[in-house]
Amino acid sequence: MKHWLASTALALCLATPTLAQDYTPDPNAKAGGDIIITYKDDVATLDPAIGYDWQNWSMIKSLFDGLMDYVPGTTTLRPGLAESYTLSEDGLVYTFKLRAGVKFHNGREMTAEDVKYSLDRVVNPETQSPGAGFFGSIAGFEAAGPEGLSGVKVIDPLTVEITLSRPDATFLHVMALNFSYVVAKEAVEEHGADFGKNPVGTGAYSLAEWTIGQRLVFQKNPDFWTPGVPYLDSITVEVGQEPVVALLRLQNGEVDVPGDGIPPAKFVEVMGDPDQAARVVEGGQLHTGYITMNVTQAPFDKVEVRKAVNMALNKDRIVQIINGRAVPANQPLPPSMPGYAADYKGYAYDPEGAKALLAEAGYADGFETELYVMNTDPNPRIAQAIQQDLAAIGITASLQNLAQANVIEAGGAGTAPMIWSGGMGWIADFPDPSNFYGPILGCAGAAEGGWNWSKYCNEALDAEAIKADSFKDPNDPARLAMWSEIYVKIMEDAPWAPVFNEQRYTMKSPRMGGDDALYVDPVSIPINYDYVYVTE
Amino acid sequence: MASYILRRLVQSALILLGVSFITFVLLFVLPADPVRQIAGRAATAATVENIRQQLGLDQSFIVQYGRYLANLLQGDLGRSYLQKTDVAELIWSRLPASLLLMLAGIGAELAIGLTLGVVAALWKGKALDQGLMVGSFVAVSAPQFVVGLLLLYVFAVKLGWFPIGGYGTAAHLVLPAVTLGILGSGWYSRMMRSSMIEVLRADYIRTARAKGLGRARVILRHALPNAVLPIIAMIGIDIGIFMGGIVVVESVFGWPGIGQLAWQAIQRVDIPIIMGVTLVSAAFIVLGNLLADLVAPLIDPRIRLR
Repeated sequence: MKHWLASTALALCLATPTLAQDYTPDPNAKAGGDIIITYKDDVATLDPAIGYDWQNWSMIKSLFDGLMDYVPGTTTLRPGLAESYTLSEDGLVYTFKLRAGVKFHNGREMTAEDVKYSLDRVVNPETQSPGAGFFGSIAGFEAAGPEGLSGVKVIDPLTVEITLSRPDATFLHVMALNFSYVVAKEAVEEHGADFGKNPVGTGAYSLAEWTIGQRLVFQKNPDFWTPGVPYLDSITVEVGQEPVVALLRLQNGEVDVPGDGIPPAKFVEVMGDPDQAARVVEGGQLHTGYITMNVTQAPFDKVEVRKAVNMALNKDRIVQIINGRAVPANQPLPPSMPGYAADYKGYAYDPEGAKALLAEAGYADGFETELYVMNTDPNPRIAQAIQQDLAAIGITASLQNLAQANVIEAGGAGTAPMIWSGGMGWIADFPDPSNFYGPILGCAGAAEGGWNWSKYCNEALDAEAIKADSFKDPNDPARLAMWSEIYVKIMEDAPWAPVFNEQRYTMKSPRMGGDDALYVDPVSIPINYDYVYVTE
Repeated sequence: MASYILRRLVQSALILLGVSFITFVLLFVLPADPVRQIAGRAATAATVENIRQQLGLDQSFIVQYGRYLANLLQGDLGRSYLQKTDVAELIWSRLPASLLLMLAGIGAELAIGLTLGVVAALWKGKALDQGLMVGSFVAVSAPQFVVGLLLLYVFAVKLGWFPIGGYGTAAHLVLPAVTLGILGSGWYSRMMRSSMIEVLRADYIRTARAKGLGRARVILRHALPNAVLPIIAMIGIDIGIFMGGIVVVESVFGWPGIGQLAWQAIQRVDIPIIMGVTLVSAAFIVLGNLLADLVAPLIDPRIRLR
C-alpha cells in the first residue's frame, strides 16, 4: 500500500501533486549574499549523532539530511533523502526509496549503505550518542552493538527497509531528527572522534572554515538536491558573543541575526523603539515551563497538596515578570502541539481554594519545602514570584539557586522536592505529543537519574501511551484524542504545575528576507538557514 | 643559581600536582553528573551506564585520578566529554589570544596605575591625591562585566572608535585590555603612591635636591626608578588575579581565549576541559611567581636567591 503522508501533507499533495515533495522557490528570493549570525556559546560539534545544543541544532540540519524532512517553517513532515516510502499492512516494515543522484559534499553519491551505516552508528554504544534512545522501536535495538541494527536492511543501492519491533506512530518524525541524518562513512573513518569538526553530509551548506572559539563559515552546496536552494552564498557564525553585545552589533548594522535572541534585560527597550520592534519576529515554540513536585516525598505524596500548588500560582503575574514573553499554561502540552486539549480548563488561580485543599490534606498551617531553580536570569526572579504565591497559602519554600547541572542532578536523584524547570524546560525534539511523555512524565524517566523529576509513574498511563503510539498515522484523530486524555489524566494527579509556554522572540537586520516563520522555525531551531535570503 | 632554579621547578611541579589533586577531588564530589550531560535528557538507564563505563567514571576515585595522572605525564589532557575534541588542542588554539590579552592588560594597568600613583604621591594630601585614591578604590571594586559593557557602549557603539567586541586587530585589543587595566590600576596606583612617598623621603633624594638638581630630574632619574622596583616584582603574583579577570572580560568582548573555554566547560561539567584549563592557568601563575623571584635580584641587588 502506498501510504502517503496522511492529513496535512496529503492535502498538500492533492493541491499540488508534484510539488509537495519538491520545494517551490520563493518568488521574491534573490540568490547570493553573505550573512552574519552570532551565538554566545561555542559550537561543540557538528556531528549529527552527537550535537544536541541550541546553537548547533539547525547548523547540523543545513549540513546533513535525513530520510524525512519538514516543510520549512512548519511542523509538517515531507520526504527528505527518501523520495517516497511504503508501510506494510501491519505497520511494521517501512521501505524507503531514496532519491537518485544525491551527492555528499566530497562528491561521492549517497546510497542505501550510507543510510544503514549512519543509523547503526548512532546506536553503537561507542558513539555515545544522546539520540540512541529515539531508535527504540527499530527491530534489534536492544541487542544493537557495534554490528548495528538487524532491523535496518539495504535492499538495493536506492532502497532501505526498516523493520520495527512494534508499530510506532512517531517513527517518521524520528527519521527527520538530526540523529538519523546520513553521514559519509569514509569521512567518519578518516576523522574518527574529530568528525564533528570535519562534517561531510549532503546538506544545503558545507563547512568551509572553522576557527575554534571564533567563527564558522558555511558555504552554499552548489550540488544540493533541491534546485535553487539555498539562496545565500555563505553564512558566517561568530561565537563567544554575549547576547547584549550581539544586540548592540545588530543595532550597529554588523550582525544580521542574533542567534540567542533578544536578551530579557533589553526586551522592553527594543519593543519601545518602533524601528526595532518592526524587525522583531515572534513565534510559538514547543516549550512548556513547569514546576515539578516529587510525588514520592511528603508532603507532595498527597494529591491535594499538589493540586493546591497548582491553584496557588498567579500565572498571569509570572508572565508579566518576563515582559509577557509567554502564555500561561494549564497542561503539559504547548498549544501548538497536536493533541493539545483545547477545552481543558486546568486549575484556576484560587488561593482560598488552595488553602482549603491543604487543610484537607492535614496541612492547615502549611509546611516548609525547597524550590530548586537554575541560577540564570530570569529564572531566580520567576522562582521568587512562585515563592510569594506559595507563601500566600502558607507554604514556606526556600530557594536553591544552582547551576544547571546541579539542578538536573538533584532532580534526577529525587532529592529536590520542587523544581522550577526554567532554562531546562522541555522543548520538543519533534512535533508529536508523545515527546512530552516518556522521559519527563513516564515511568522510564522516573528511574534514578532520569528527567522525570516528579518521579511520577502511572503504569496505566504508560500502557495507554504505548497503545497511542501503535497507530500507523501520527495524526490519526483517535490517536491524538488518546494523547489529550493521557495529559488530562496526568493533570488530575497533578505531578506538575504547568506555568507557561514561552514564546520565542528574535530579531533580524533590515536586509533579511524570507518568511518570518523561518526565523522562529519550530523544527530548525533557532533559524532555518536554507531558505532565508538577503534583499540587497 | 642553577640549583635554585632546579629546586623551584621541582617545587612548581609539586604545586601543580597538588592543584590537579584538589581540582579532581572538587569535581569528583560535585553534585552534578557529567554522564547525564553527555547522554542527554532522553537517554535510557542502560545508555547512561554504558557511557559511564566507557569513560571509566564508574571506577573509584583513586583509579580515576591515577589514570588521569598517567595520561597527563604523557602530555595527554584527554578529550572533551561533549565536544570529543582533544583538550590540549582546544587550549592550544585559544592560548595565544589569552596571552595577548594578558600582556596588553598588564601593560594597561601599569600605564594607568603607575601614572596615577606618581601623580597622587607628588600631590600627597591634596584634593587631587584624595580624589585619585577614591577613584582607585572604585576601580578595584567595580564589576568588570559592568565596566566592560560601559566602555563598549561609549567607545564602540556611541563614538565608534573601536569595534564592538571580537578578535583580530590591534583595535579589537584596546577595550578589553583597558577594562582589565582599570581593575588592576586601582591596586597598582595605591602601591606606587606609597612606594613613591617612601622614596621621596629617602636621604639620597634629599641629597639630590641639595645638589641643586631640578624637580623633574630628581623625580624622573632618581625617585621613579627606585619606586618602581618593588612594583615590578608584584607583576608575577598579579598573574593569578589576571587569570580570574580574564574569564569575565573574555566573555563580554567575545575574546576567544581560555577563560571563555573554561566558563562554558563549567556550565556543562566537561571535566577534561576544566582540569586542562585549571592546570594551564596554574602553570602560568607558578611560572609567573618564579619569574618574579628570578627578576627581583636583578632589580635589587640586596635580594639573594637561596
